[in-house]
Parts: sequence; structure tokens; C-alpha cells
Amino acid sequence: MLGKIHSFETMGALDGPGIRFIVFMQGCPLRCIYCHNPDTWNITLGEEIDSDEIVRRAKRFSSYFRLKGGVTLSGGEPLQQAEFCKDIFMKLKENKIHTALDTSGCIFNENVRQLLEYTDLVILDIKHADPTKFKEITGQEIQNTLSFFEYVAKINVPLWIRQVIVPGLNDSYEDMVELSKLIRGIKAIERVELLPYHVMGVKKWSELGIEYKLTSVEEPTLEKMDFLKEVLRTHGIPIF
Amino acid sequence: MDNKAWTGFIGGDWQETINVRDFIQKNYTVYTSDDTFLTGATERTKNLKKKFDELYSLEQEKGGVIDIDTDTVSSLLSYAPGYLDKDNEIIVGLQTDRPLVRGVNPFAGIAMARQACNAYGYKVGKSVEENVKYLTTHNDGVFKAYSDEMKKMRKSGVITGLPDSYGRGRVIGDYRRVALYGVDRLIEEKILDKKALAHMEMLEENIRLAEELHEQISYLNKLKEMALAYGIDISKPATNAKEAVQWLYFAYLGSIKQQNGAALSIGRISSFLDIYFERDIKEGILTEETVQEIVDDLILKLRMARQLRTPDYNDLFAGDPMWITEAVGGISENGTPLVTKTSFRFLHTLYTLGPAPEPNITILWSEMLPEGFKRYCSKVSIETDSIQYENDDLMRPIYGDDYGIACCVSAMRMGKEMQFFGARCNLPKVLLMALNGGIDELTGQQVGPTMDPIKGEYLDYNEVVTRFDYYRDWLCKSYVNTMNVIHYMHDKYAYEKLHMALHDTNVHRFMAFGIAGLSVVGDSLSAIKYSKVKPIKNDAGIIVDFEIEGEYPEFGNDDDRVDDIVVKVVEDFDKSLKKNKTYRNAEHTLSILTITSNVVYGKKTGSTPDGRKVGEPFAPGANPMHNRDKMGALASLNSVAKIPFESCRDGVSCTFTVTPKAIGSTLDEQIDNLVSIMDGYFGQNAHHSNVNVLDKSKLIKAMEEPQNYPNLTIRVSGYAVNFHRLTKKQQLEVIDRTFHERL
Repeated sequence: MLGKIHSFETMGALDGPGIRFIVFMQGCPLRCIYCHNPDTWNITLGEEIDSDEIVRRAKRFSSYFRLKGGVTLSGGEPLQQAEFCKDIFMKLKENKIHTALDTSGCIFNENVRQLLEYTDLVILDIKHADPTKFKEITGQEIQNTLSFFEYVAKINVPLWIRQVIVPGLNDSYEDMVELSKLIRGIKAIERVELLPYHVMGVKKWSELGIEYKLTSVEEPTLEKMDFLKEVLRTHGIPIF
Repeated sequence: MDNKAWTGFIGGDWQETINVRDFIQKNYTVYTSDDTFLTGATERTKNLKKKFDELYSLEQEKGGVIDIDTDTVSSLLSYAPGYLDKDNEIIVGLQTDRPLVRGVNPFAGIAMARQACNAYGYKVGKSVEENVKYLTTHNDGVFKAYSDEMKKMRKSGVITGLPDSYGRGRVIGDYRRVALYGVDRLIEEKILDKKALAHMEMLEENIRLAEELHEQISYLNKLKEMALAYGIDISKPATNAKEAVQWLYFAYLGSIKQQNGAALSIGRISSFLDIYFERDIKEGILTEETVQEIVDDLILKLRMARQLRTPDYNDLFAGDPMWITEAVGGISENGTPLVTKTSFRFLHTLYTLGPAPEPNITILWSEMLPEGFKRYCSKVSIETDSIQYENDDLMRPIYGDDYGIACCVSAMRMGKEMQFFGARCNLPKVLLMALNGGIDELTGQQVGPTMDPIKGEYLDYNEVVTRFDYYRDWLCKSYVNTMNVIHYMHDKYAYEKLHMALHDTNVHRFMAFGIAGLSVVGDSLSAIKYSKVKPIKNDAGIIVDFEIEGEYPEFGNDDDRVDDIVVKVVEDFDKSLKKNKTYRNAEHTLSILTITSNVVYGKKTGSTPDGRKVGEPFAPGANPMHNRDKMGALASLNSVAKIPFESCRDGVSCTFTVTPKAIGSTLDEQIDNLVSIMDGYFGQNAHHSNVNVLDKSKLIKAMEEPQNYPNLTIRVSGYAVNFHRLTKKQQLEVIDRTFHERL
């Protein structure tokens, strides 16, 4: 089966356990105002590659996976090509390779449900717990993400929760309290990570000729990040 | 034999013949747990280290040389005993009579000694010059025999770094023999060998060997005398661990007083010494703390070893390296890891004494190493950037389980094999000569066989390959011939008398050739094959640049289209070398290793068809070119892993530099992931890896504020170096080099 790929990273070590072969999928329905990969948005771009070829390439790195590592589908938004992703994961599972899905959960349908049957780990980036602010950041409604999250929790696929902290958007005490309410008590959650916003992707916006609205926003300080993590901890979230 | 010294050891063949391996196999205690047993540096060690640091700072202030004894010819008995701190040292012995002071060793070539002295504001003394008057040096001999073509090739830089004016090095004495057997026993054995020779046909080969044996015996006697000057009798076997370390160190010290070879490794000593440490701990003579103290003292002595070098030499091999390589770990032939507590203790010196390039600690990696040891090595890499890795699973089937590493990557059985070092050729320059009909693209001089320059608007792949094959064969023939001249003369005029005394009498010899710029050649041929490359000529009709139309597969992306080209270049080169006869029937070997010379080689090479511009550095060792690996670090490692060790028996060097964040968010994850990377890389039969885990920003800061990063050590091709001892150009090259980081 054919699908649209943006690029590969053969030495991923952050998006899932162990060493990861990361496939960056082309195409994303969200338009996050701080996106550091805007070049992955347009699904008509990118390279068309067969799922067998992707599995073949991934297997070239199986000697690095040892007991933990594997393949992570990231993006872009992998759920936009859920059937294609399912095909890749199915074939990887035939080869006993660990599969991780790095997603915003913004699409939820039957194809996605089927994809999750072959997924060993979901890394869910919840852009914001508040529906209004979610829309402000992504341009889309939060509903799909919530449904996706509920479903993953229900079928109990191991889950890492992430949020990118952007000063002014989601770095307040209240923002964290709201996030904690959403994710508290979910058994499937293995890890919660707050990632500092960085400006290394800004250059891509101007290269694409799109206006970048956060030009005056700086990266959050280490102290700020520690404070927000502490807020989550005190609200019952074991933070990584 | 002296049984008292051997009390408590399990006997075997090692008592009857000189067989250190058998002694190790019968007696070592494998250690499979983690690093928690280690202890910190004692006050004594800290004070001694402080003394060393003061001297080291002074040496740096003085431009890299603290002082030169210009009036003495360096040898075993030339200097009075020297000390760093006589009352507090556990292990004694210096190369000259004062710490860090360099001696003059004229045997390989006086010109180099003169240049070196002049460069630091000294002059070779009258008494030394007087001695040299009546002496033929190795360098004199070589230039008497060199042909015009050899001289031209050397000048154009198509082969450089040849050991024709300095000691060849790459010979490792089995220093352990002195500790286990004492010098007297070694002399007895050599006398027997010499007697046996008397019954043989006396022709060139045996006459030479007879003379060499005479020298070996004479230098073993001098070694005893050298030790006696320190009040220590090493004629009999060492009776305890402290003596074993001291005996062994004296053997190494004597060797580096007699030779100024480019790379003089210490071998594989840690697990051997562990047997003595274990025995002394059992007997209550030593504790963990006192054992570490002895190890620290030995390592500090090794860090004080120096040779006198010229600034030119430093351009090629930056940072004043000695390549005192110690191979740690590996697996026994019966499958038991050769990891002992002393393997950990040696690594631990990077904490008790701080990070440093010497000794060049090399981990012999195997999938079968205990997890605790793998993780400790990984942690040491992440925290100190001071160690390198080589694939024991690849080398053990060839070299057994008691081999050492000469210089950076060259494996050889301890005391049984030696190497004729041959630096390396500049392969991209050979490719350019093939296009230009033997003309040096920078000087316009005819160096290789004359042929018309290649014709046509675009380069034709098949034609280029045919021409390249022809010029490579020419190069290989001349290269082997040049090496034969060099090593004939080195044996004749600068023989490693003590090193070879610590070998079996009949040794196997390797002749080690090398390639620099492999990825440039691979990418160039790929560009010619998969895109359109238009040569640009200057007024004299020499091709000096190239225009590339379209994209081509680049080495370092796990792409067989180009990786196969690289593999073939290496295999063909090896085959071509082997068509030519070698001096003393040495076995041809080949390395893909540059040290820091990739910068100088690049400087001496015109623009290449891959898009690299005139003067730009090559990638180090077998590394892909800077910023051409687009699939991330592991695709790059996979490409390098395809280079067959079978055709590169002298080693395939790869420098792997990542930022800490790229391999995990916590130290624990980073340790774990680095172990996975090593297992994955070596599991594909890769040979060597230098590992650096550091931030680019840290290097840039270190360039701006050197005073704040005095001990910043990094791995470059095949060895470690203090960052500040690189030239500015080399520092920039390291910073530019692909850093595998993550957005």
C-alpha cells in the first residue's frame, strides 16, 4: 500500500522507548500556531512510498532496537493516513517490532480504531485541555482528540501524554490544573511529559512564505518548566 | 623456576614456556556486576595529580614543551632516575631525569630532532651532533634508496605521513612478560633461540635475525640496569601486585626511551594485572582503595609520557599524542568475558584523575560483554568522551583473545605479531590524477604515469572507473615499494631492540597501508554515475573544478547504490596492494583511518567531483562527508558498517558524535540507548567507533573561553585529544562535522 512520507530519522531516542526508527508522515489537518514542522502540513507534497519499503528500511535498524526500541510513526499527523499506518504496523508486528504512534489524536474513526489494534504505544500530544484554547492553538475543535483519548484509555493501550509549553498560551497554573483534571486516574498512562517550546522551526515558516505569529514569544525558562511540572505533580500526575 | 613469586597461581604451560595468555586464562577472575565497588581518589593521589597539573599548565604556557634535554641521546641508561614526587610515588620511572622534559632521539632521523628543537627555541647539543656524525639514521638510509618517483609522490602528498623521518611505532612489546617471568628468564629464552639459529643456513634472513637477537639480549640487560638505578631489581618475577605494575611499567618505559615511534601502545594489561591485585586482596596486603591508588599512579605515569615532535607533525596528528593504547574487555575464546574488576578500575581513572586522552582506552566490545560493564563504558563515554570501541566479535576469530591494539585500530597478537606502519594515501588525489593523466591538480607537476586528460563535456562513469583502476594499481605498486624501502631501513638503523625482545623470536609481520578520503571518492564516483558531472579546466588544460547537475546518492544514508561503490573501492584497493611483494613477507593490511590528517589532506587536494571544493577537509576516517547524511546517525553508521573488515584488516575508523539530548532525556536512558547503538552497530560487523556525546555549543564556548574548559577531551579518528591542543582549523573542522542532534 502507498502512502505519503515527509522524511525519516534513524536515531530517534525520545519518541518512544529505546532506539526508534521514526517515520515522519506527510499531511496534517491541524494548523498549530507554534508548529515546528509546517512543511509536513500539505498532503499533496512529500514522497510516495510503499509500506513494504518502509518496513524493509525499518528492519535495517532492528539490530539497534534490542529489547525496547522500534518504529514510531510521527508527522505530520499519522492518523490522516490511518489505513496506511495500520498496514505498516501490521507488517511490523509480523516482524515482532515495537510500534509507537505519535499523534495529536485529531482524527477518530473506524480506521483509527483498527490502527490501534496494532499499536504498542500511543504518544498523545494534547495541545490544550481547554476547548477554546485548543481551537485557538490548532484551528480545530477538541472533540476528536477527546474521543481518541477516551478510546485509548478504554482499550488500555500504553499511553504517553505530552504537551508543548508555549509562554502565554498554556504556561499558567490554571492551564496545568485543567490538564491534570483531564488525565488524572487513567490507568493506561505510563508517562507525562511537558516539552519546552523552541524556535528552531521558525525558519521553515518564512521558507514556506507563511506568516509566523509567535515571533515575540521566547522559549520557556527551565524554572518555569520545573514549576509547571510541580503543579502537575501536586495535582496527582506522576510526571516524567 | 622461582615458585615463590607464583604462589597461589594455577600452573600450566605458562610455567614451561613464555605464554602470558595461558597464565591469564588459568588465573583471571571474571567480574560480571557493576561499578558500585569502586572507590574515589585518595589524598595522596589528589596531591600527586595536583603536582602533575601544575607541570602540565607550565608546559602549555611554554608553548607545549616544558624543556628539552638537548645534550643527551635518549636511551635506557642515558639519564639519572627522575621523579614527580619521590616520597609519594608508588610507581617510579621517567623518560628523562625530570618530569615532562623531552629527550632527543636521533636514530630515526636527526633532521626531525633539529627542527623540533628549533621550533621550541632550542638547538640540538654538540655532544648529540657529534654522535650523529658517525651514525647512519633511518632517515639517511631511506633517502639513499628512494627513487625519484617516490620522492615526487611524497612531495605531492599523494602518500604522506610516511614514517621515513621518525620512528615507525605500532609495535607493542608484551610488557607483561617482564612482570610474570622477570628479565633473566626472558634473556635465557633469547639465548636459546640464538643458539638454535646457529644450526640454520646463514643467509640474509638469519644473519639479520641473529644480529637482532644480539641487540634484544643486550637491551634486556640494559632494562635491568635501568631499573637498578631506581633501586629495583627486576631480574626475577614480580612477587606482588605493586611489583607487577612496576616491572611492567619499567618495560614500557625502557621501550619508549629507546624508540620515539609514532604510536607505542601498552597492550592489554588490565586483566593481567587484576590477577595480582586479586591475590594481594585475598592475602590482605591490598584493599580496594590501595589497588585503585596503584592503578591511578600507573595511569598518571602514562599521561606523563612525551616524545619530541615538530610542529608539522602536530598538523597531521594533533594534540601531542602517544597512542598508549590499552585494550580493555573482550571475550575469551571459551566464551567467558575477559572483564575483571581492574577493567573497571582503569576506566575509573577518568574520574579519579579526570578525563584525558592518554592512555587511549579502547573497549573491545562484544555482544556477550556483561551488561554491567557495557553500561559503565556507556556512562564513561557520555561523561568523559575519552574512550573508543572496537568489535571483539569481529577480531577474536582472527587474532584470538590476547591481542592488543597498536595506535588507534590495529589489532595484533601480544608478543607474536608486529606491524610495519605505512600511514595512508590520499585517494581523492589519485582519482584527480586519473582524470588529469597523472598531473598534480594543484602544482601542475607530472607525478603519475603520463596519459591524456579525460575528454568529453561530461564525465563518463565507465571511463573514469577504468582510468581510476589504472592509477590505483600504479599507486599501490609504488606505495608497497616505498614501504619496503622504509621498513628495510628502519630495521637496519632504528630497530626496536627492547620492544622486539618482548616478542617471540619468530613474529608474524603486517604491512599496514591506509586510505584517506574514502567517502569523497565514493561520493565522487556516485555523482559521476547518477548525476551529470562537468569538468572545468584551467588555462593549462588541467581539470580544477566540477559542475554537478542533478542529485546523486550520498554515502552515509544506508543507500546501497553508493555504499556498494565504496565497498568496491576498498576491496579493489586491497586486492591491488596484495599483487605487490612486501619486505620480510609481511602480510598486507589496510586501514580507513585519518587521525586528524583529514584536514591537511583536504588542504592539499583540489576540488573533487562530489562537490567538495579545493582545500576543504575530508571526512575523518571512514565517516560520511559532513552534512551529507540525511537519514540520521544510524543510517550513517549502517553505511560505514558495510565496509568489509575482511578487506580492511587494519581497521575501519568511524567517529560518532551526538548531543546528549539526541540519545535520551535522562542519563539512565542515554546510557541504555548508547549500549543499544553499540550493540546494533557492532552486530552488523562494524569495526570501530569513537564516541563523543557533547553539545556543539559547548565546543564553541570552549574555543572562545579555553580557560574554562581545560580538560575538554574529545575523540577524533582513532584517538582522544585535548580540544585545546588542536589547531584552530582542526577545531573548526570538528565543530562543522556532522553533529547528530535533534530539533
